[in-house]
Formats: sequence, C-alpha cells, structure tokens
Amino acid sequence: MGEWSALAISQGVRDGELKAVEIAEETLSRIETNDPLLHAFLHVSPELALKRAAELDERIAKGEDPGRLSGVPVALKDNLCTRDMPTTAASAILDGWIPPYDATVVSRLKESGAVIIGKTNMDEFAMGSSTENSAFGATRNPHDPARVPGGSSGGSAVAVAASLVPLALGSDTGGSIRQPAALCGVVGMKPTYGMVSRYGLIAFASSLDQIGPFAATVADAAVLLEVIAGHDGYDSTSLDRQPPSLLDQLDRGVDGLKVGVVSELLEGADPAVAVQVRLAAETLANAGALVEDTSIPVLTYSLPAYYLLAPAEASSNLARYDGVRYGLRVDAPDVESMNSRTREKGFGAEVKRRIMLGTYALSAGYYDAFYLQAQKVRTLVINGFSAAYESYDLLLSPTSPTTAFPLGSRLADPLSMYLSDICTIPSNLAGHPAMSIPFGTDDDGLPVGVQLMAPALGEAVMVRAAAVLEAAESHLSGQQRRDEDEQ
Amino acid sequence: MSNEFETVVGLEVHCELATRTKLFCSCPNRFGDEPNTNVCPVCLGLPGSLPVLNEAAVEMAMRIGLALHCEIRPSVFHRKNYFYPDMPKDYQISQYDAPICVNGWLELPDGSKVGIVRAHLEEDTGKTTHVGSTGRIHDASYSLVDYNRAGVPLVEVVSAPDISSGQQARQYVSELRAILLATATSDGKLEEGSLRVDANVSVRRKGSDELGTRCEIKNLNSLRSLARAIEYESERQADLIRQGLEVVQETRHWSEDEERTVPMRSKEEAFDYRYFPEPDLVALVPGEQWIERVRGSMGMLPEERRKRLIEAIVRPRSSSEPTTSHISQAESDAEKSSDETPAEAVLSHVAKVVELGLDDLVIAAIELGADRRIAVMRAVNEAAADPERARHIEAGHFAKLIEMEHKGRISATQAKTILARMLEGDGEDPETIAAKEGFSALSRDELVEVINSVISANSDAWQRFVSGDQAVGKFLVGQVMKATRGRADGRAVMELLTARNEG
Amino acid sequence: MSSLDTEPPSASEQISVEEVIHVAKLARLQLSEEEVKTFTDQLASVLRYASQVAALDTATVEPTAHPMAMVNVFREDLPRPGLNREEVLDQAPAVEGAFFKVPRIVGEE
Repeated sequence: MGEWSALAISQGVRDGELKAVEIAEETLSRIETNDPLLHAFLHVSPELALKRAAELDERIAKGEDPGRLSGVPVALKDNLCTRDMPTTAASAILDGWIPPYDATVVSRLKESGAVIIGKTNMDEFAMGSSTENSAFGATRNPHDPARVPGGSSGGSAVAVAASLVPLALGSDTGGSIRQPAALCGVVGMKPTYGMVSRYGLIAFASSLDQIGPFAATVADAAVLLEVIAGHDGYDSTSLDRQPPSLLDQLDRGVDGLKVGVVSELLEGADPAVAVQVRLAAETLANAGALVEDTSIPVLTYSLPAYYLLAPAEASSNLARYDGVRYGLRVDAPDVESMNSRTREKGFGAEVKRRIMLGTYALSAGYYDAFYLQAQKVRTLVINGFSAAYESYDLLLSPTSPTTAFPLGSRLADPLSMYLSDICTIPSNLAGHPAMSIPFGTDDDGLPVGVQLMAPALGEAVMVRAAAVLEAAESHLSGQQRRDEDEQ
Repeated sequence: MSNEFETVVGLEVHCELATRTKLFCSCPNRFGDEPNTNVCPVCLGLPGSLPVLNEAAVEMAMRIGLALHCEIRPSVFHRKNYFYPDMPKDYQISQYDAPICVNGWLELPDGSKVGIVRAHLEEDTGKTTHVGSTGRIHDASYSLVDYNRAGVPLVEVVSAPDISSGQQARQYVSELRAILLATATSDGKLEEGSLRVDANVSVRRKGSDELGTRCEIKNLNSLRSLARAIEYESERQADLIRQGLEVVQETRHWSEDEERTVPMRSKEEAFDYRYFPEPDLVALVPGEQWIERVRGSMGMLPEERRKRLIEAIVRPRSSSEPTTSHISQAESDAEKSSDETPAEAVLSHVAKVVELGLDDLVIAAIELGADRRIAVMRAVNEAAADPERARHIEAGHFAKLIEMEHKGRISATQAKTILARMLEGDGEDPETIAAKEGFSALSRDELVEVINSVISANSDAWQRFVSGDQAVGKFLVGQVMKATRGRADGRAVMELLTARNEG
Repeated sequence: MSSLDTEPPSASEQISVEEVIHVAKLARLQLSEEEVKTFTDQLASVLRYASQVAALDTATVEPTAHPMAMVNVFREDLPRPGLNREEVLDQAPAVEGAFFKVPRIVGEE
C-alpha cells in the first residue's frame, strides 16, 4: 500500500489508480490485526464499508466524481449518530441503540465519498480524559499499550495513530480531541464553536461541544474540516457562513505573525513537555513569526468554571436516558423507580459523578454561587483572550501538561484526571478554535503535543502555523532517528 | 360567598398555537392523528437531536401579546428540568425570566380590565393514558404514552390576580378565546385541550390589601367547571378561615362528578426545576420593524369589533343611508318602534355576534336597512348553527331576508327555514327560496278566518283567555300556527287575539 | 488574583450526605450506600476546587451562556414527514399497540 493519507488515497481513487475496495480491505485487515490489542473500535462494519467502496468504484468507472474524500476510510467517535450502525456513546444505557437518523457530519462525509468504517471507543458520554470510562473496556495507546491514549476521543486518536484509518472524527468539549491527539502523536483540531453542526452529536455540554478532525497530517485534518464544516439548518447554533478554505493556506508560512506563549498554561507542564513547547516557539520564530511570552491570568479559572458549567449542562442533557423511549430499562413497579434503577445501572461512575455535580450546581440555593458565577467567569475568560488577541494572531501552549500516563493511574482521584484538560479547556469556554500538533517526544519516546489557539474563525491562520511546526517536526524526528542510528 | 370575604383569582391559560408544525421541529401539529405518527428525532428527544425555533409560532406569540396590549421583549428560552414520561427530553423548553410578552391587559365586555403579567412560549408534552387497575389497589396498572403532542407550541398567558369571581373568570377566558380566534393563533377548544386553564384562588377579608394563601386548581375542562370550581374553592377557603383554620397552599383538582375540589396526591419531593438558559437555542430579539409588521397584519380585535357593532346598532338612521331605497316610509316608521324597544336586549347579544364572527354580516345588513333586532337575533340563534358558512352569506341576501320577515311577508318560522337553506351555501336569494318553498305570509283576512275557526274549535280555551288567563293565549297562538303550518306570524296572531278580546 | 492552589473563600466547604441523597433523587439515580459515601467525598473535593470561581469579582460582569452571540435563528413553518412509527417503537424497551408503555406513575390523580 502506498501513502496512507486521505489526500493521496482520494486522489488515487478519483484518478482510478487505486480502488476504494482495496483501500477498504486494507483498512479492515489493519483493524483485524491491531485492534484486538488497542481496542480503538466499538463497532466495525465490514459489509457496509465494502459495499459502499464497491459503489464508489463503480461510480468512478462511469466517470463520476464522488467527492473530495472518495474512497477514504473514516472512523467515527461513537457519539455521532449513524442510521446503519449502533451508536452508544460508550454507555451501557445505549447498548445496541441504532439511531433512525445520520448526524449532519455523517451525511456530509457520505456526500463527499468517504467510506465509514466503524465507531470508535470513548469515555462514556465523552466524560473523561483517558478512554478508561468506556462501558466496553479501555483503549490502549499504540506508543505504549500500558498507557492511556487520552480522551475522551481516545478510540479515534488511536485509530489514526496506529494507521488503522487515515481520518477520524472526534468531539471536543474540554479537550477531548486535542488531548488524545497529543498523547497519541497525531493532529487534532477543535474548530470554532458553530463551525461544524452538532446535529446528531450526542450532547455532553451543548455550549462547549464541537466536532473536529483527527489526522496524521495537518493537510488531512484541514480537508476533513473543510468537508464537515458549514451552516446547517438543523443546528440553531451553527454559524451562517461559508466553510473555511484551509488547504490553500498551508504553505503561506508564519512570516510576520505574532505568537504569544501563554505562561499560565506552561507553568504546570512536565519539563519534557515544556521543552517541546519552547522548541516549537523557536521553530515559529525561526520561520519569521514574532514570538514572545504573554500572560492571561484569568485562564487559571477556566478549569474550575468548566467543572461547574459542563456538568450542569450534562445533567440536563442526560436526563432523557430514562428507560422510556430507547436504550436500557430496569423494570420497577413505578416510573420513578424504573427511571432511577435504569440510570443507576446504565451510567458509569464518572457519568453519575458529573450528573450529581451538575444537578447540585443548578439546584436551588447554589445556582448563583456556582452556575451563574461560572458563567460570569466564562465572560472574563473570553475577555482575557480578546485582550491577548489584540496583540497576537495566535497563542501557543502545551496541549496536555503530561504525556500519556499509565492505565488506571488517575482513576481513583477524579480531580487529578480533570487536571489533564487544564490547557485545552479555555478555548472551549471561549468557543475559539485550537489544535494539537505532535512535536517531539519525552524521554520515554512518548509523543508530546503542542497547542495552537486562535480567535474565533481563526482556523486559517492556525493551520499555517501548524504546517510550519509539522514540517519542522518531521525534519527533527528524522534528525533524531539518524542520531539514534549513529549511536 | 358571604359579604365578609372577597375572592382573588389569577388565571394561567395554556393556548396551543395553530401552527402547521411543532415549536422546534417540522412534525405536523395536528390533533387526533394515530398515536406516535407525528414524531421525529427532535420531538422524541433522541440523542443528538437539536431544536430549531418555528418562526410562525413566534409571530403568533407576538400577535397574542399585542392583542393583550403587552410589551414585546427580547427573550431567552430556558430548560425546566423534571422527569416525566410524557416529556421526551425530561426537561421542557420554556421561557423563564425573560418571556417574550410582558405587562399587558385584557378588557372584558363589561368594561373591566384584567392585568396580564406575561405571555410566553413553551413546548407541550406528550399525552399519557393511565390504564387503571381493576380492583386491586396495588395491582400493576401502567400508562401509555403518545408523543404526537410533544413539542406542540404553547403560549401560556398569566393574568394578574385581578379576577374576583367565577363569573368574571369565565368572561376572561371567553374573551381570551375570542382574541385567539380573532388573531388566528389558536382554535381555543377547551374540550380538546387546546385551551387549558389553571386557576390560582385565594380569599381575603373585604378591604384587606394582603393576598391570602392560594390554591392552584387544575382540571378545568369547561367554562362552566371554571366558574363553579372558583365559587366552590373560595367558599371552602372562607369556611376554613371562619373556623379559625388555615388555608394550606396546594394544588387541587376539580372533580367534575363530585362538584368539588380535592387535593392532588403529590409526592413529598419538593420541586426544584433547575432552570438554566437553553444552550441549544439562541436569543429571540424581535426588532421594532418586525413587531410593527406583525401589528399591521392583525385583524380587528373583539373589543374593537364589539364597539363597532354597538355603534352600528345604536346609530340613528340618517336620510343619506340607503334604507329608503328598500323600505317604504310607513314601514320604516314601524321599524323604528321595533328597533328601539328592545335595544338593551339586542345589545346583550353583541359579544356573542362578535364571538361567532358574524359582526361583519350584521353590520352590513343594518347598513342596507335591515331591522337591527331581527338581524342580531337571526345571527345569534339560527346563523350560529354554522357560523363558518354564515360568514359567507351575501349581506344583501341576509338584509333581504330580514326585510321580508320584518314586513310580515313571511313569518318568523319561515324566515328561520329560509336561513337554514341559505346556510347550505347554494348562494340562493331568500325570495327564490321562499318561492320554492311556497312561503308567503297570510293576508290579514285569511289569518282572521283561521283564528275564527281555532276559537270555535277551542271555545273553552277562548273563554279562559277572555276571562284573563294570558297563559292560554300561547296555546291559541300555537293552534293557529299549527293550522297555518307556520305561515302565520306569532306576534300578529297574538295582537289579533288581544284586539278581538278587547273589541 | 489567586493561583490554582489557593484555598478559595468557599461558598460550600463541603457537601453533606443528606445533600448527596437529595441531589441523587432530583437526578433520578438510585445510588448504593457505598456510592453515596464515595460521591460525598469526591464531590466535596471537586466542589472545593470549583469554588475558586468565587474568588473573582464579577459584580459588573454579564454571564455567558453562548460562546458565539447570535440571535433570531428560525425555521419555516413547513411540515415534513417524521419517522416511521415501527422504527421508533422498535427501539423502545416496552410498547403496547401504538404506544410506549411505562409502569404506574405515582402521584397522579
């Protein structure tokens, strides 16, 4: 098999040099070989994928152009509704549920010729940072199977990192795309809030959730975002504007751009991570950007505000899993007990914890001190960013304060797990785009991700810088490999 | 209720809007369809679905607000969180502290005004049918849920506690209903549940400014139960106070069969709805231009229409009116007397005419010279059988019919028959119908002849009439009507009988 | 401005077992005794941390409910066919005829 990138595959398939069926078969065989260990997938649909690929090949033979992702295998996080595959959000409460409709992003992928391969593992209802909170077992990091892949979109990150698929979609509420991308060494992007329709995304925290791409390269991530972005009449919070043009921005460089390195987000990072962020800053400076340290003190309040806002919205979003219309039911003599027993059995510990936290934050007597105050802190975070973006085009930080941690190491202490998202949460609160780019490794060879943040709708500038870092990274790791070989 | 207490009532009325689709999805908003057929991912609350606001529902809420003299304000939707199986998301999307309409009033036909605190948009729930246990109390009874109604748009109109009796509450709801019909925002059917009324009732000693402890009364399925429930409840509360007991704040249920309110069985669980702004919807900010466009598109409201009809009824005939072209001077003199006598009785029907939507027809007929009393009576009695069709009767035909009756060319009974034919909607002229039916009023001579034969056939009755038994007069008139098969005019018969007796 | 490890002037120093039980009832979660105990400790710890938000002066700050300020997003009042009833009922845990079936609702008249 040649180059395993979405752009190369699509080009080959459209040109008739590659067959979509062969690509699909290769993908399925990679999954069959590697997934028993990694457990990136909750569901794989070989028949559907092969049938779909054959249809695409036929259309191409007839001279049709199925679209920009012709024949490209794509994996979907299991919180995206698919009408022909089960969709569980990795929860026992939705075990076996088959939605009667496709999420808007799924329709758009199909319209662009993509081949949906299956559904990936995740933390239950996207609540977690390690993919250990799945009701169907944890996913392992391909760089070290004893470690977590990050989360909540761990399955999608691993599917791309292990080259099972070239592209995957995840969702990012507090870092759920970027943090696993960093821990697995792939590119992960959270677009501007409203850029991608949320219709068909099983909600965690509606005002923070956003769907975004995973890919091995910045260019692949850019093309996937271009395909799924754009206004959707089924999502009231969808931005009414043209999808961004990103692919044609990638070689524009960063000459003259101003980049701020956010000191508050660097403070708590492991030295190995901080070193890579410094290197990335240097790389951008060498490419002509003006890089300096900056401070946005209010960002330190992002995490506490997030752990009030997100659970509050979640407590309401997850009320519907009551055993009446779909999913699990535990029988009981009356409705209230039926609801309570169903939810007790169907939800995992982390989900219950957040429902409890959110219910408490919204309840009478605590609303003002917790929920309302957190909403006001959200305003202050937005203001803090706005002030920074008066001076800078982009901000740079670690994606995660640490590299991949061992399975099980943070499960006992929820707060320690929550701290994994300390660098990613601010962009969710602000609704701004941000992405993680692999940049070097720690001493154990585990990937480090650096985060680029941009103001609302700043994706185009963001991917320019990402492309510069990517080019330098492949040069560096090539250098590193040569150094190691010489030793 | 005794003199020492007064009743204080505030009403919450839920009005189902007459949109084509639901509030947040494109499912048909239709009553009476097969269960669970008008459903989609959104109104079933399926995971991943999102609400998108129906613009027509917003405009209807604005129309209702404007008709209630409310201020139309920027508003926000909130989630009201509580579990109930007929609520697919286990929260209701409603408006909480920023409703679209605030601070209005509603003027009742008697001229009194009731304040409107707010009117806001929210989604309806599905329908639960409770399948009762037969016999054993702890038996496994269960419920069935139909989500066709889930997500249907509602406007909840909340009145100030300005209502002081069951009767006034009834008038308030009738008037609100008339406004909903006039603004084409709801079909206002209490029986089908498209209008649902809850009453907050309290009592206080006369002259007191403080509000007493209130009870919320539910299950008021008709105007009659509304009035009776309020009367019953205020009497119950007054009794408690008289006995030195306290009124407990609670929700009570109007039991139609027992004609009393009973406390609803409710769990001890305190309600905590955990309202917060609905993150899946954006703010609703009606601009000045939009508000004015909606205002401009609204038809005349019942209050204005009643005033217009009253003016038409009491306005003296001027010589410039086309009256004389239809009616001779002598007849018009006669008309005047009949026109003026029952003015009050006629005016008492004004609200009804407007409610039926027949005011345009009546006014047009009056302007064409029709007798006002007859025009109003035929509208509220016979035309009311099918107001929809009656609205399409040509005013000229209606005026002609009334003229024929008024001039005695046909009897009242015959006029009613002709009107019924006209309601069948063939657009036929009343004279044509009269000819086909062979209708004509009897000449005076013919009538006298019939009366004579009735008198001789019922000499006993006649004797009683002569000796002053007025009641028996009705019987004699009836006999004459029977003999003429309705061609006689009842009033004329009575006049002739009286004249003969006196003569 | 305080940093992450500063002890906040907390609105609620901790959450009691009774409150945990009350909240679980509101959220319809029939927690085990064990869970009540664990959650009481864990929620107290998270809430202590989250209480840091109280340290910021927000007297003149408007709350943000939406990251992107948008208004007046509507749909036209045009009906579209919904879902097939069989498909919908197929996914339900219990049905009777054309209806979803649920156990007895306590507190109903």
